Amino acid sequence: MVDIAYGPGNERGPDRKPGAGLDTTGAYLDMVRRRRLYSGIILALFIALMIAGFQLAESRNAGGFINGLPQIFAFPSEVISEAWAKRANIPGLFVQFLPSLMETVNIAAVSTLIGGFTAALLALLATRGLARWPRLTPLFRRMMDLTRSIPEIVIALMLIFILGGGPVPAMIAISLHTAGALGKLFSEVAENADVKPVEGLTSVGAGWLQRMWLGVIPQVAPNWLSYLMLRFEINVRASAILGFVGSGGIGYDLKLAMQWGAGKYDQVVAIFLLLFLTIVLIDQITDHYRTRLVKGEKKSRA
Amino acid sequence: MTMSLNAPLGTIPSTDALIARFRKRARMSFLVPGIILAYLTWIFFAFDIPGIASRARTDNAAVLLTDFWAHKTHVTRDNRSGALSVSKDGENRGAYPPGLLPDWVSVTDGVTTIDLGDGNIVTYDDQGARYVVPDYGTIQIRPSEDGQSLILDAPLPLPSWINASDRLITVTTPAGRFNYSRSKVETFRYQAGWALFFFTADSPFFQKSPLELASLAVSGDRIDPTRSNLSYMASEFWNNKMWHHGEVAWALFETLLMAFIGTFLAALVALPLAFMAARNFNPLGPLRFVMRRIFDFIRGVDALIWTIVLARAFGPGPMTGALAILITDTGTFGKLYSEALENIDEKQVEGVRSTGATALQRARFGVLPQVTPVLMSQVLYLFESNTRSATVIGAITGGGIGLLLTQAIITQKDWEDVAYYMILIVLMVMALDSLSGWIRRKLIKGA
Repeated sequence: MVDIAYGPGNERGPDRKPGAGLDTTGAYLDMVRRRRLYSGIILALFIALMIAGFQLAESRNAGGFINGLPQIFAFPSEVISEAWAKRANIPGLFVQFLPSLMETVNIAAVSTLIGGFTAALLALLATRGLARWPRLTPLFRRMMDLTRSIPEIVIALMLIFILGGGPVPAMIAISLHTAGALGKLFSEVAENADVKPVEGLTSVGAGWLQRMWLGVIPQVAPNWLSYLMLRFEINVRASAILGFVGSGGIGYDLKLAMQWGAGKYDQVVAIFLLLFLTIVLIDQITDHYRTRLVKGEKKSRA
Repeated sequence: MTMSLNAPLGTIPSTDALIARFRKRARMSFLVPGIILAYLTWIFFAFDIPGIASRARTDNAAVLLTDFWAHKTHVTRDNRSGALSVSKDGENRGAYPPGLLPDWVSVTDGVTTIDLGDGNIVTYDDQGARYVVPDYGTIQIRPSEDGQSLILDAPLPLPSWINASDRLITVTTPAGRFNYSRSKVETFRYQAGWALFFFTADSPFFQKSPLELASLAVSGDRIDPTRSNLSYMASEFWNNKMWHHGEVAWALFETLLMAFIGTFLAALVALPLAFMAARNFNPLGPLRFVMRRIFDFIRGVDALIWTIVLARAFGPGPMTGALAILITDTGTFGKLYSEALENIDEKQVEGVRSTGATALQRARFGVLPQVTPVLMSQVLYLFESNTRSATVIGAITGGGIGLLLTQAIITQKDWEDVAYYMILIVLMVMALDSLSGWIRRKLIKGA
């Protein structure tokens, strides 16, 4: 504003000493140069760190990078050529593995529902201004941190030891993780919710549950649903991986087929295709609804 | 608020439409919870949750929970040779040398006395063994003359916690467990804490108090003349034969390394690809379409499959894990970046263009400064979640803390190791979580 009022010459500004303009330009260019130098140094350091890290990782690896590179396609092509020879089996295998796929998807869906519900409760209890017991918010926050940071595989493997195989260990493990991960995101959304409806409900004597259900949930629902769908997609992948490492679902079938090796590669390809198509399908559907939810919200706010 | 001002009058719905909408909502508010409830009920039976209680191994759970916070010491005498050994979990590497037995075990003139606390005393002598249980009496066990069976002498009737046959007698009390068989007699004592965590029994620093250790480290004569006590101590700790602190630290570092290389390399690789997939930078529709389908394909294949394929080519190790993360995240970053690039403010690019800048310069000075905070925040978020994934990927490819953890769990024996690794993983993830949160806040404030 000052520059417009007094023109480009710095001398005419009321508070400026005459002749200061040249110095500021010099200082500015100096600063830019220094900044570029610093960011250059940081970039160089970063790249050096990456290279050193990669070399270290390579040295601790069983096979080297250059030696392994030509073999990347060796295994897939072996698998695909065998599966191509037995391509007539694949539709039958699809039907055979459909129940395991359903189990994997069901594990993900149930965990998302249970974890999402827990997350909503935890998030409301841990959000400043909305909490039922304001003194206990740090406790609920730490609970979310803890359940979020324990990898699912740890819980799943320990539960397999106690409960035996099957879908339940994976379900509990993913639910716990989901509760923590979604709880954090949910609480960030809830923090930005407008408190006026809550105050209005308080003034008419509404209880905590009523205030949350009628005052907060309608505000945060679109964003929460969007996160929930994203989580469902992540959980389908997690449930497949957990099956591979431990208990049931399509991951376990994949592991069995892989361990068998040559001769069951048609099964590997069938499972792979099922998993791929499911993930892409879920990805596309959730993406579509997520944009609709978030865009729709923007439209109503504009 | 602005919407109601700008909205044309015609868009206000009629009363009938309003009521219809309310009805629909009322139906939905019963329908949706109803469907969810029905689904959960079906799952409840499909996953056989009622049967879980009967299948659950409570004994396994008890072992697991005790092992997490307590350790078991075996005091074993070989009945044939008479040799006595005291060790943690009965493992050789956890054995206590004869001169350094725990203070509750004493040996005088071939008689071993084990004080299990609260008046529970076990004695091994050349006759056999005795166990004095308070409020019950003395259990005496000796082999028969021909050595073929065991003779038990205890107050009758025998309680349910004594299990006796002529080959094996077991006594289980809250203070510990006691087994007598023809070949050996064993006493197990459970104590809180992790035994031998700092130094194993063969180390000169074993069973020293923190104060003694500190004075040894600061002053004190050198135990090993070739190096200072402090460095000797550090190496004894690092190479602890029970807990392998050095190997565990390396494994943790490997996991971090996988996440670090994978995430940041993916961030660099995805940047040019994202420009190719963004509508406002790539006017060629087909190329854009191809790029997007590549991103979808990479993300669809899933880290699990990538990891398996890469492990076949490169063998187990941290580099394989890093490459798996690199590939998966390239897809994710490509998608996220291209969305961010499509949402930029074109005015700044116009401004740079007006100075005659080339496409590369426009990208560098017009686009990157706008998107950097968003991109960096996404990169950090994925880095943080990848430290978790790297644990799982490590379990599949065989590298890092994930491998140690799954091995410890699969052997189903060393649950204290599992607890130790879990605590380390949680601490690592939490530390990274707060670090990346701190950097992200700085970036967003700086933007």
